Amino acid sequence: MTKPIRTEEIEVSMGPLHRGMEKIAEKRTYFQYMPLVDRFDYLAAMLNGALYCMTIEKLAGMEPPRRAEYIRVIMMELNRIASHLVFVGTLGLDLGASTPFIYCFREREEILDLFDLVCGARMTFNYMRPGGVAKDLPPEFAPKCREFLKKMPARLREYDDLLSNNEIFVERMRGVAKIGADEAVNLGLSGPTLRASGVGFDIRRFEPYSVYPEFDFDVAVREEGDCLARYLCRTEEIRQSLRIVQQALDGLPEGPSSTRINMNLKPAAGEVYHHIEGARGEMGCYLVSDGTTTPVRLKWRAPSFSNLAVLTSALPGWKVADSVAIIGSIDVVLGEVDR
Amino acid sequence: MLFDLIASFIKAVLVFAVVMSFVPFLIWLERKLVAWMQQRIGPNRTGPFGLLQPIADAVKLIIKENIFPSGVEKITYFLAPMMSMIPALAAFAVIPFGSPVRIMGRTVNLQVADVNIGILYILALSSLAVYGAVLAGWSSNNKYSLLGGLRTSAQMISYELPIGLSVVSIVLLTGSLSLNEVVRSQASHGIWNIFPQFLGFIILLISYNAELNRAPFDLGEAESEIVAGYHTEYSGFRFAMFYMGEYVNMVTVAALVTVLFLGGWQAPFGPEIPLLWFLIKIFAFILLYMWVRATFPRVRYDQLMALGWKILVPASLANLAMTAVIIVLGGPNAVRILSVGSIVLAVLVGLVLKAAVALRTKSAPGLAPPAGAGS
Repeated sequence: MTKPIRTEEIEVSMGPLHRGMEKIAEKRTYFQYMPLVDRFDYLAAMLNGALYCMTIEKLAGMEPPRRAEYIRVIMMELNRIASHLVFVGTLGLDLGASTPFIYCFREREEILDLFDLVCGARMTFNYMRPGGVAKDLPPEFAPKCREFLKKMPARLREYDDLLSNNEIFVERMRGVAKIGADEAVNLGLSGPTLRASGVGFDIRRFEPYSVYPEFDFDVAVREEGDCLARYLCRTEEIRQSLRIVQQALDGLPEGPSSTRINMNLKPAAGEVYHHIEGARGEMGCYLVSDGTTTPVRLKWRAPSFSNLAVLTSALPGWKVADSVAIIGSIDVVLGEVDR
Repeated sequence: MLFDLIASFIKAVLVFAVVMSFVPFLIWLERKLVAWMQQRIGPNRTGPFGLLQPIADAVKLIIKENIFPSGVEKITYFLAPMMSMIPALAAFAVIPFGSPVRIMGRTVNLQVADVNIGILYILALSSLAVYGAVLAGWSSNNKYSLLGGLRTSAQMISYELPIGLSVVSIVLLTGSLSLNEVVRSQASHGIWNIFPQFLGFIILLISYNAELNRAPFDLGEAESEIVAGYHTEYSGFRFAMFYMGEYVNMVTVAALVTVLFLGGWQAPFGPEIPLLWFLIKIFAFILLYMWVRATFPRVRYDQLMALGWKILVPASLANLAMTAVIIVLGGPNAVRILSVGSIVLAVLVGLVLKAAVALRTKSAPGLAPPAGAGS
């Protein structure tokens, strides 16, 4: 008992959740595969669906109507908030604070209610479609969403009181598992995990897709690279996403919410890669078409998978009790690690 | 003689019954209270307001199979749950819970045993409680149990120092180790010990939270690190005993703090109603611990030890020295000087800590400039 208990070596073991999902895509038409996409990162299923549809649109050379783009942005940002809320709550729970967990899930529940209103599902939505969205927003969505946006800042202050400004929480997170900017880039980190190391790369800003250039938002960047920075980056992203939703809701154009396209879509032969800023980082989809109704190959770039790479270098040397905070701060969803 | 014997017997049975019937109520209260703080509903299926939930849980645990996992050290494994519960119950024996009453022409102390070294007795018994954790951890033949047992015992022994030192300051003020005397001296000073010993009270509050193994100091059973700590291998009634022991301990500590700092059974205002004020003070103290549990995340083990040895022990030593010097120099005004001094000091320390935290938060860089800042 003279030596403190520290992590010496770590082996990341993956695979138990492998479902062969990329292979399944090769046996399904583009539309048939839609519902499965939600099962990659199940905490941010709207983002998965949007990415898949954007990739098909890029492959087939289509443009969704502007209203559909706005609806997609609203859904994606709401889902990003919901996903980050799960992060904040479970991180608190891992560190032994049960109250923030319930608080975060209370707000997430309200977002899920909004999704329920729009598409009837709460977890795996199957709402995005190539060429638009499945259904237009119901009339009661906008007022409910505005109500949510209005009460969120006060709720975020509650989380700050319980976690961000809590000395115990801060002491457990500050300076733990620092990841330098170079190391972060070399390991292929992305998303808040990368931005917490001082690299301000956000695909929404630097390779804009959809209608993101029309919105005014900041990219949350922190220099420290420790667990606290990764946590604070995400809480700041919640605030920025709220701003985007507000703007999208205010500027929601009239018009159709989708274009009619053939269910047996046959994109011209070719390959395409598209990536968006997912809730956990760069989420990419690579599609190869041979001109038939089924893709030849689908490859998903899952941010959680790449971000896991950092554990082998971040964990050793830290106390075993810290590993809870470190793994929590990287925010892994295993559904997209093993596909 | 016979009268005394019967009186003691009745008192012992009554105290045991009351304390033990507190336990299910406290379990229910904690679940309900934390649920309300977390915007949940809490137990509400069994009985009115879910009040029978702890009873149902207890029945479930009692009728469960008696399991001795393979490789356990049977005797110690069997004894450990009792070792964690009995000291807590026994410590209650010297707690005075009301002013003496006259029955059949005799004065009866509302206290099971008026021991003139009551404080020493309680400190000794709370040290014994460590055995429950360490024996359970050792005999379970499970690495998580062992780690939990070691953690808990090291933590409890460490935090006994600041507790002991803070209690010594009270002894200095009172001049006696008898708990009855402590209450009487608070009446004669005209001020509860919480004022002249404000620092000691704060130190004791934190230390007893660690001594009770409650969040944020529940390191011995940190579920994200060592499963359930020293009671990982326990199930059924033996687990229930650990669980009950925790709450009995809480009642005992609350009663002790009430006697030492909050004037015991005395009424802060209005007429003195037997037991009422004592119970109100105990519950206020227990509610405070429940509130703390719902609020804070868990500290890390080295941070816990650092807090105990580097902050609380020096602080309680300083408090003891300050108390001793002022009692010698202040003479009859000592209590008054101490009251003003310790509260001013506590406010100052609080402000300095707050400023230090604010300064550190400010020095952290904020958001990077938005557009075009990427590398």
